[in-house]
Amino acid sequence: MLDRAIVAELREAVGERYYKEDQESLVTHSYDGTPMLQSLPDGVIYPGNTAEVSAVMTILNKHRIPLVSRGSGTNLCGGTVPVQGGVVMVMHRMNDILEVDLQNLTATVQPGIITKRFIEHIEGLGLFYPPDPSSMSISTIGGNIAECSGGLRGLKYGTTKDYVLGLECVLASGEIIRTGGKLMKDVAGYDLTKLLIGSEGTLAIVTEATLKLIPPPKHKKTMLAMFTDLYGAARTVSRIIENRIIPATLEFMDNPTIRVVDDYAKLGLPLNMAAILLIEQDGDFETVERDIELISEICHAEKADQISIASNQEEALKLLTARRSAFTALARLRPTTILEDATVPRSKIADMVLEINRIAQKYNVQICTFGHAGDGNLHPTATTDARDHEEIHRVEEAFAEIFEAAIQLGGTITGEHGVGLVKAPFLEWKVGSAGIAIMKNIKQAFDPLNLLNPGKMFAKETRRRVVLNRG
Amino acid sequence: MAKSTAEALRQTLKIKLDYDQLTNCMRCGFCLPACPTFKETGLEAESPRGRIALMKATVDGVMEPNDQFEDQMNHCLGCRACEPACPADVKYGQLIEQARDAIEAHTVRHRGWVKVVRKLVFKQLFPHQNRMGLLGKGLRIYQKTGLQTAVRKTGAVGLFSKQLADLERTLPKVSGKGVIQQLGTRIPAKGEKLATVGMFRGCLMDSMFTETNNKTVRLLSEAGFEVIIPESQNCCGALHAHSGETHDAKQLAKSNIRAFQEAGVDYIISNAGGCGAILIEYDHLLHDEPDWREQSEWFAKRVKDISTILVEKGRLPQPSQPQSNDRVRVTYQDSCHLRNVMKGGNSPRKLLAALPDVELVEMKDAGSCCGSAGIYNVTQPEMANQILEHKMENANATKAHYIVTSNPGCLMQMKLGIDKHADNDRVQAVHIVDFLFDRMVKS
Ligand SMILES: Cc1cc2nc3c(=O)[nH]c(=O)nc-3n(C[C@H](O)[C@H](O)[C@H](O)COP(=O)(O)OP(=O)(O)OC[C@H]3O[C@@H](n4cnc5c(N)ncnc54)[C@H](O)[C@@H]3O)c2cc1C
Ligand code: SF4
Ligand code: SF4
Repeated sequence: MLDRAIVAELREAVGERYYKEDQESLVTHSYDGTPMLQSLPDGVIYPGNTAEVSAVMTILNKHRIPLVSRGSGTNLCGGTVPVQGGVVMVMHRMNDILEVDLQNLTATVQPGIITKRFIEHIEGLGLFYPPDPSSMSISTIGGNIAECSGGLRGLKYGTTKDYVLGLECVLASGEIIRTGGKLMKDVAGYDLTKLLIGSEGTLAIVTEATLKLIPPPKHKKTMLAMFTDLYGAARTVSRIIENRIIPATLEFMDNPTIRVVDDYAKLGLPLNMAAILLIEQDGDFETVERDIELISEICHAEKADQISIASNQEEALKLLTARRSAFTALARLRPTTILEDATVPRSKIADMVLEINRIAQKYNVQICTFGHAGDGNLHPTATTDARDHEEIHRVEEAFAEIFEAAIQLGGTITGEHGVGLVKAPFLEWKVGSAGIAIMKNIKQAFDPLNLLNPGKMFAKETRRRVVLNRG
Repeated sequence: MAKSTAEALRQTLKIKLDYDQLTNCMRCGFCLPACPTFKETGLEAESPRGRIALMKATVDGVMEPNDQFEDQMNHCLGCRACEPACPADVKYGQLIEQARDAIEAHTVRHRGWVKVVRKLVFKQLFPHQNRMGLLGKGLRIYQKTGLQTAVRKTGAVGLFSKQLADLERTLPKVSGKGVIQQLGTRIPAKGEKLATVGMFRGCLMDSMFTETNNKTVRLLSEAGFEVIIPESQNCCGALHAHSGETHDAKQLAKSNIRAFQEAGVDYIISNAGGCGAILIEYDHLLHDEPDWREQSEWFAKRVKDISTILVEKGRLPQPSQPQSNDRVRVTYQDSCHLRNVMKGGNSPRKLLAALPDVELVEMKDAGSCCGSAGIYNVTQPEMANQILEHKMENANATKAHYIVTSNPGCLMQMKLGIDKHADNDRVQAVHIVDFLFDRMVKS
């Protein structure tokens, strides 16, 4: 619990109702979407505008109290678990769309707006905001920016970082900065906008964002291709790209996932397939038709066993459901679902899936893999039970080895979920010790007292590398 | 709350709460946008994920099950909109009942008048069909003798709590006779018989909405079903189960199972989403009584809502051709329990859309709770009113002439909503059975 005098200052800053420290509030801000983590904060605060955020930060800075900014707590890296106590700042009240500029095709929003609500509003105006994390029905734009979230459309349209033009942020000192703006070109100094995207609440609190909008595609087509040979599926992914076709969506499910999905959703998927690709193209009518035809040819050439092209929206939706139910289905298998986020260059997908399967077998754990094949972002997902400590230990060991394998294949430890608490011990594997040092210096420059989301991103100790024995 | 009481409650929670379900929640937050109390307040604690976290924290010893914890468990509408939204298939409805059951075993602290109302309703009234009948008769006298008008005019309703007074205004005309007294216990099918169905008459339905019960029977018979109304059936026990009085709920369930088994019916038909949902879960309610397993499964398997059986199995009477080209605009307000638990939200829509003179207009968030939720609008008036106000904004936007519902609680709540917030004098709330009957059978 915080000192009474400090609490009085905080209440003064945001209003009596908007600072809470009852048990109920503390418990319900002690976790996020990451399994098995919990730590209670000292208080929860709900600011209503930038000035209040600044005032709160000034108070906390004066008393050296840590702050965790929080959207909807859907992140999967322990990003909003207040491991060092302090105050959790919930951004939900700051949820306005401040402006949609139809001349510049930009939108300026507050960080607490729910992603889906924003997307629906924009689509209602006949425009398009592509980043679509699967959690968008509840995640916030602020959280998306802080994690640099991606989604099914990432391959063709990019991720959150490609759509943020400018930010307003509150620094640890309480000062307010603005970066970028409604500008398509801007090279005045370091690009702080890009630096802040994906900074996981460790550098500043985002209080406003200006986002880029684009015209929506006119036409869409969806298909499923099924392969008994994993390499056939993987080669298809590479060949599509080689042929200079960038599908809007290019998703992958491995055999264990297919089985689980089919068992759950009763879609009648063939169970002997090694992999299924879900492909969607959008754009002008002619381009879409031509691309889908070319993609089908490639699939045939790579010995796809079955190809089905949706003839209408309803069928397309059914195909998309197959991919979307992957997570749902897996979540129902065992009590604890650990969804990870290893990413490799897209030419290495088959190798990575085989590695994951080998490692799962080695540690005797169940890991199903699905993900965004088009951008190499795989989600090996362990289904386990948090109460079985011995099994959880094996799962952790398996994941360490999976990250190692990803890096050996030229990949990374996380493609879209962030480092947070969970991946912190592995960050050095990816960026090296000099990389860590420079990142720490940046953190120091923004937040000298280490008040913003402490304990995240940088671990006390790097995990020792697993020695791969391929005997 | 004293330390020792809190500790005792924790122990009970530990026993009653299904820890598997608590761990199944992976805290993904997908249920948040579905939850009306979260929508109204934006507070994590007022969300399913939050409430599950609170339950788990009390069991894990992370927090004390204090007054605030109890209040939060009571804030939940029990609408179960969170369940279909949940990827992990967490049985939230069971968890909240278990939590309330534990709280009920310990609480010394219902607010005075809530306590009186609960005792009256749960113990003295609902379990006794004859008393419900008397209540109906009493109401009839109250309405017939002009007492109602007098009470309304003189503002004597102000003597009731404000919330009860609001409800008083939504009471339907009561006949004082139940469905059996009017139609008997066995009503033959019209034409070739498709199946024999047992009608669950309900307490509120039978004492206050007897006309709807009569029409339910006649619709079923028109559609080809022989209808049996077992006389020894009683209250479904939903209110008891949802408020933690599990023991009483079980007793009621057993006696209903007996009644319908003796009647030997193919289906058990409910015309109230709230009753139907508990009936269809009798197997769960009695899951820890192995002796009752077979019977409760027999029962649960047969339960269907009136709309569902009409769509799935019935021989629907041809609706009369409209007299003119004027189509009436109708919007459908989901019964949470019919939609989220019985999974029967499509059938009423199909039936309505098939009527030639009806234009079905979906209201925004039709599937979201109206705030009635059993006696929630009596025990949690503030939240219930807030929810109702938003519901009526959406209903008004459809410019519908009828708001059709599938549950007496929702029906009364929508009537109240119209009374307070409708911006169109012509709009009425009706039960789907009454609406269908007038268009399919009567003419
Ligand atoms: C079922 C499920 C599916 C998912 N699918 C995807 C997916 O497809 N793609 C993807 O990329 N991710 C996905 N995620 C992960 C997660 O949803 C995203 O990371 C999301 O962007 C988090 O948003 P949030 O509002 O919940 O943020 P939170 O989880 O509350 O916070 C995330 C991080 O952002 C910081 N933060 C929040 N708001 C601010 C702010 N205003 N200023 C500064 N920092 C802030 C927090 O401190 C924290 O570090 C998924 C998660 C789940 C549970
Ligand atoms: S949707 Fe289900 S698993 Fe997710 S937080 Fe809600 S209850 Fe838990
Ligand atoms: S039952 Fe309804 S009110 Fe209760 S948590 Fe679920 S969605 Fe919310």
